[in-house]
Amino acid sequence: MDTNSKKIQDLKEIKDMMERSSRFLSLSGLSGISAGIIALIGAVIAYFIMDMGKIEYHPYFYLLQPLPFERILFPLLILGISVVILALGSALFFSWRKARKHDLSLWNHTTRRLLSHLFIPLITGVFFILILIDRNDETLVASATLIFYGLALVNAGKYTFGEIHYLGISEIILGILAGIFVHYGLIFWTIGFGVLHILYGFVMYYRYER
Amino acid sequence: MKEIISKLNKAFESRIRLGIMSVMMVNDWVDFNTLKQLLDITDGNLASHLKALEDKGLIKMKKQFIGRKPRTSYQVSETGRNLFVQHIEALESLINNQ
Repeated sequence: MDTNSKKIQDLKEIKDMMERSSRFLSLSGLSGISAGIIALIGAVIAYFIMDMGKIEYHPYFYLLQPLPFERILFPLLILGISVVILALGSALFFSWRKARKHDLSLWNHTTRRLLSHLFIPLITGVFFILILIDRNDETLVASATLIFYGLALVNAGKYTFGEIHYLGISEIILGILAGIFVHYGLIFWTIGFGVLHILYGFVMYYRYER
Repeated sequence: MKEIISKLNKAFESRIRLGIMSVMMVNDWVDFNTLKQLLDITDGNLASHLKALEDKGLIKMKKQFIGRKPRTSYQVSETGRNLFVQHIEALESLINNQ
């Protein structure tokens, strides 16, 4: 009996070591929740900025005034960049806290592998979206951000918790829908970056951190 | 039963060697410092276990220079992989038989 429990312990240790050495386990559910809340606040501010663009739009002086989108583009870009920085910052903070709690180092080979697989599709997406904006073809921006973000998550999902893979698939589906229903871009954005992050954050928090 | 026990490999009996093999089964080349960090043991202790596994032909070693710093990395060999899989299977069937 005693040797049997040692064998069970051995197997447990093998599994644990395989997990610990191949997956980034410091990702916290709280990271998702906080990033989602920041995205929701950002979406509300974006809504007001876009609304202001509409109020100042005078069809009568159409040719004399700059196009409304060009006027709100800069505030929207600043907003978008701030949301990304704050969301990443909060995600990093909660990962750092989880790593410290479990006595893991936040920066190791699993972190590097996760980030390189995340950032290749993500940076491709950033360039593609800049091209879209440059061509005044902003109808597909919401769709493209969701699709590229989803692809990045699917790609990185192999190196962290499996839930990230499904979060990625959900983002891709939303991105395709946002491409079909182009006028509801902000709504799909809000669902994809706000609601889904909070939802998956809760699932991961309850599964692994309680 | 006897046949199963014979598949339990003495080379993997220590906790540390079990750990080293587990890491290598799911990663390609693993460098010395990563192993040290994961297993949380001293340089000398890790080096002696790695040497033992290497001498038995269960793992392969390579040395490279990153700038001026030498870096030693390890990879599981084909034999090592097969024997470790057998070892895990033997552990599992022993637990299930009792």
